[in-house]
Amino acid sequence: MRWMLLKDLQILRRSKLLVGLLIVYPVAIALLIGFALSSGPDKPRLAYFDQIPAGETTIKLGGDELDVRAYTDGLFDAVDRIDVDSRAQALEAVRSGEALAGLIIPPDFVRKLSNGGLSSAEVEVVYNGDALKQSFVRSTVTSNLARADAALARQISTVASGYIDIVGEGGKINVLGLQFDLLGLRESKTLLDSAIEQSDSPSLTRKLVPVRDFAALGVSNIDRFKDVLNTVERPVRVSETVLEGRRTPLDTFAVALAVTVSLMFVCVLLASGLLALEREENTFSRLARGLVPGGRLLAGKVVLAAGCAFVVTLVMLLGISAFVPLDYGRAALWIVALAVSAVAFGTLGVAIGSLAREVRAASLLALMLALPLAFLALVPSGGVSPLLYDVIRVISAAFPFKPSLDAIDAAVNDASPNLALSLAHLAALTVVFGAAARFGLRRFA
Amino acid sequence: MPVDAVTTAPALTVQGVSKRFGELQAVRDVSFEVAAGELLAVIGPNGAGKTTLLSILAGILPADGGSVAQPEGTTERIGWVPQQTAIYGKLTVAQNLRLFAKLEGVADPDATVARMLDQTGLAERAGDELGKLSGGNRQRVNIAVGLLADPPVLLLDEPSGALDPRQRERLWGFITALTERGTAVIFCTHDIAEAERHGQRILVLADGELLFNGTAAELKAASQAGERDLEQAFVSFLRDRGH
Ligand SMILES: Nc1ncnc2c1ncn2[C@@H]1O[C@H](COP(=O)(O)OP(=O)(O)O)[C@@H](O)[C@H]1O
Ligand SMILES: [Mg+2]
Repeated sequence: MRWMLLKDLQILRRSKLLVGLLIVYPVAIALLIGFALSSGPDKPRLAYFDQIPAGETTIKLGGDELDVRAYTDGLFDAVDRIDVDSRAQALEAVRSGEALAGLIIPPDFVRKLSNGGLSSAEVEVVYNGDALKQSFVRSTVTSNLARADAALARQISTVASGYIDIVGEGGKINVLGLQFDLLGLRESKTLLDSAIEQSDSPSLTRKLVPVRDFAALGVSNIDRFKDVLNTVERPVRVSETVLEGRRTPLDTFAVALAVTVSLMFVCVLLASGLLALEREENTFSRLARGLVPGGRLLAGKVVLAAGCAFVVTLVMLLGISAFVPLDYGRAALWIVALAVSAVAFGTLGVAIGSLAREVRAASLLALMLALPLAFLALVPSGGVSPLLYDVIRVISAAFPFKPSLDAIDAAVNDASPNLALSLAHLAALTVVFGAAARFGLRRFA
Repeated sequence: MPVDAVTTAPALTVQGVSKRFGELQAVRDVSFEVAAGELLAVIGPNGAGKTTLLSILAGILPADGGSVAQPEGTTERIGWVPQQTAIYGKLTVAQNLRLFAKLEGVADPDATVARMLDQTGLAERAGDELGKLSGGNRQRVNIAVGLLADPPVLLLDEPSGALDPRQRERLWGFITALTERGTAVIFCTHDIAEAERHGQRILVLADGELLFNGTAAELKAASQAGERDLEQAFVSFLRDRGH
């Protein structure tokens, strides 16, 4: 096997273009994926269930009316809104992938908002736990909620500080359609000052002085009261519901994805190409005459392809860690996940190579298989119908991409499902594709 | 025929070998022997089953039935030079030879490679990449790889196809020298003149069947038209037997 490995390395050294491509390609893919994920879709769809009774959409603050539609409509600037008729429908829309998130406004929203204080109003946001989209939707929804919230808070405090001004400086006030003139604290203080001056009854003066002091305190602190109002920024509380799945932050999930894609391409293309080369050059028949047993020939290709891919992707991970903070304490797990995944992909590669007569056919076959597998593994739980999703899950489980992605995600990000399970899955696939490759070799000569 | 070929055990004994590819019977119950130092030509039209037969003898294709036996106690592998070159295009001449010398487990790989380069006249091409050589030179390396282990039996599948006359001459000189040292050589060709010139004995294969096993003179005598030219004798021999 040593001589065969050395020989394959010599061949690779003379195939600079191929090797260059095999290194540049994964890096390009990694960048593309990173870019695609970080920009995200323009307008996510949002399932919207509004339980506020019709005609009860306004909050009365004294004589002023505030329409909460101004609040809720602000949410829909950046999303496509799908109206649903129940909370269950909203949950279903999220689970099925029709909507990326759900927003549920309870019937008592307006009442609680008008009461203010302790019974603060609340909206419910439902996310799908899928890491790929969760992070984007979450940030979209929360930033919109925060914007709408701030706008509402500003309106409330504008109204309220108007009242405070009237309390301080005096003015007209509207109560139940009737106009009143309000005296105001400043004017009250002035009146009290002169009353105290002119009073000759000591007992009346004693009673008026604390009232005058109170008015003086109020006047001099009006601006501070208004400041306090402005700090009440979030009148609406958001309760979050996450439907199934783990919570890997998007950028570190993208790292796992980019690494897995690169690992797959380097491994599968190298292993399938190196094996198909033995057939294209007719050397396989020479080797098969007892010079190199079939199993050892396959193992050599897997070792070489996996070794190259391992080095490329480990370097890639270290390079990425300069931009995305990764936990170096888990580096031992990265190595295990990368190595086991590389061997599984290499074995898939030799299985492909054993089917093809030429390197070009092998590469084409490898690409045609690898690309859809990567896409299938990324189909989100609710993106397609449940039956189709089950089919996709079975297909994904039959090839190493999905378990590798899980293993690498688990190793890098501590995401579920756990690493050991994915590694066992990969080991089983290695055995299966190893057997398939051995079978393919029998009709290779 | 060398005298010792009669007295010693055959270098290779082929007994009732058959091979079928689906509906096609490519080799049909073929039996013959070859003695040490004997040079045996297998002739037959294209598609007769020559390559299939040699591949079975070389141990690349499993036969459906029959046996291929070397004398008891033989450990050396049968040497094989396939019809299509089977060497690495991205390696140099010397790298190819060294790789296969090591895989064959020859005693002194470097010395063997040097000897092979010298004998095939490729020494000055040792550092050239195979893929950049002419077809003739590639075939010379292909043949050299089959000779590395100095096998007791050597199978050559249309060895001179890609060679020019000078290279061909050199090849046959080389092969004759091998037989003189006791190597049994079986080569197949559809070039009748070559078979007549170099083959001590001729096997005629048609549609997978072994129709004739004897000398060129015997083949001429066997054709009913009594042709004096072996090529014509061969054609009429086949025609007489419905091929
Ligand atoms: N691997 C194969 N599968 C199917 N048919 C084959 C295979 N190899 C050879 N044949 C067929 O067997 C017959 C004999 O082929 P071959 O031994 O190559 O003939 P020759 O070398 O005498 O020209 C041909 O008809 C050929 O098409
Ligand atoms: Mg042939």
